[in-house]
Amino acid sequence: MSELIGFGLILLASILLLVMTILKRKSPPTFRGIAALARLKRSAGLAVEDGSRMHISLGRGSLLTQGGAASFAGLALLRHLAEQTSLSDRPPIATSGDATLAVLSQDTMRSAYRAATAEELYKASNGRLSGLTPFSYAAGAMPILRDEQVSTNVLIGDFGPEIALLTDAAERENALLVAGASDPAAQAVIFASTTEPLVGEELFAAPAYIGKDTSQRASMQVQDILRWVVIAALLAGAGLKLVGVL
Amino acid sequence: MKKISLLPVIAMSIGLLVLLGYLLGPFIPLLNALRFELTQWAAIVAGAALLVGVGNLFSVHLTKIRRREKGSAYSLLLLVSLLGTLMLGVSAGAARGQWMQYMVGAIIVPVEVSLMALLAVTLVYASIRLLRRRSDGMTVLFLLSALVMLTAAISLPFIGTIPMLGDWIGPWLNSYPVAGGARGLLIGVALGALVTGLRVLFAMDRPYGGK
Repeated sequence: MSELIGFGLILLASILLLVMTILKRKSPPTFRGIAALARLKRSAGLAVEDGSRMHISLGRGSLLTQGGAASFAGLALLRHLAEQTSLSDRPPIATSGDATLAVLSQDTMRSAYRAATAEELYKASNGRLSGLTPFSYAAGAMPILRDEQVSTNVLIGDFGPEIALLTDAAERENALLVAGASDPAAQAVIFASTTEPLVGEELFAAPAYIGKDTSQRASMQVQDILRWVVIAALLAGAGLKLVGVL
Repeated sequence: MKKISLLPVIAMSIGLLVLLGYLLGPFIPLLNALRFELTQWAAIVAGAALLVGVGNLFSVHLTKIRRREKGSAYSLLLLVSLLGTLMLGVSAGAARGQWMQYMVGAIIVPVEVSLMALLAVTLVYASIRLLRRRSDGMTVLFLLSALVMLTAAISLPFIGTIPMLGDWIGPWLNSYPVAGGARGLLIGVALGALVTGLRVLFAMDRPYGGK
């Protein structure tokens, strides 16, 4: 039964995504403001002007596990940020704690450079595997924050509590920090250690806010519709339980 | 003539097969078998990617040493440890497992535990700084709830848990507001993950050398 409900939900989301993408080509939607993402958008432009570097950390979520979706959201954001800052004197660096993710980050950056017609500036060493265990990943990424003249740190993906080490290192360097994670424990840490945290599903909204892709914006609206569907289902379930049907 | 890339077609087909295998596997056994086979292939490819990743790590640190960048001594230590462990793993014969266990138990575990301890201090410090950075209602609520939950979990000598707080307020907070809030967050994340997954499945996002 649960497989069929899952199948129905995925089918509904797929249809909505395709329909919204077609519809939203003509009328782009407007979103509520998210302070952290507005600052990130500004700092991407500033990084090119003042020749500083962006560091995008994608977490340690393997693509074969549940954390993979957050990693994909991080890769989509990396694609936009790398395209916008590829012409900077100091190109962006992406770090990750999973080998597959590191390979994909290199490929994503190459695509971004190609889109910005600056493929000759691309270096594979800017997509790095910084460690293979949670803490070795954090420890491997920390020197980048300190030594590579990073002005903006974006930590987005599947992290655990070890993200506190990275947020602390970013704060010591007085760099702008935008962080979002899929794991509730990491979200609590981010809330305690950053000025403007990305809470809950806001991390999946980041690519839509930073880029101009119509399909990204459509997917935001699909999430909103699905949220209402879930709310209606929860209320219906509670009502049925109240009258003794369930 | 417009060049058509085969990569998205392959990625979409395999993604759909695995998804259908997961959802309709109990009804169509062939799809289930295909799902397991393709997932095993993915694990093998991930294993190969691990070698590429370690190669990348090696080359980044080798470049740091060559350029005599700041912290290159640590890079040298990393490379020596990496090569030493590799040699040990390849050449130690029958005692290999024992040596590898020793390396994990004597080096990796203590270092990770030390970092975990450091994390506790970092978090306490971050919580104190939180009030200076953001002194709004949400911050006060966050710190207050963290304090209440920590106090409720404390077990004192002779008394045990603090009366009322440990046996009534703490469990009630855990069962209702905390569980409700966490579920709300998880539902939001799950919906985001679902839509992100579909975007990759439909090749709207192509993190594999696409657009």
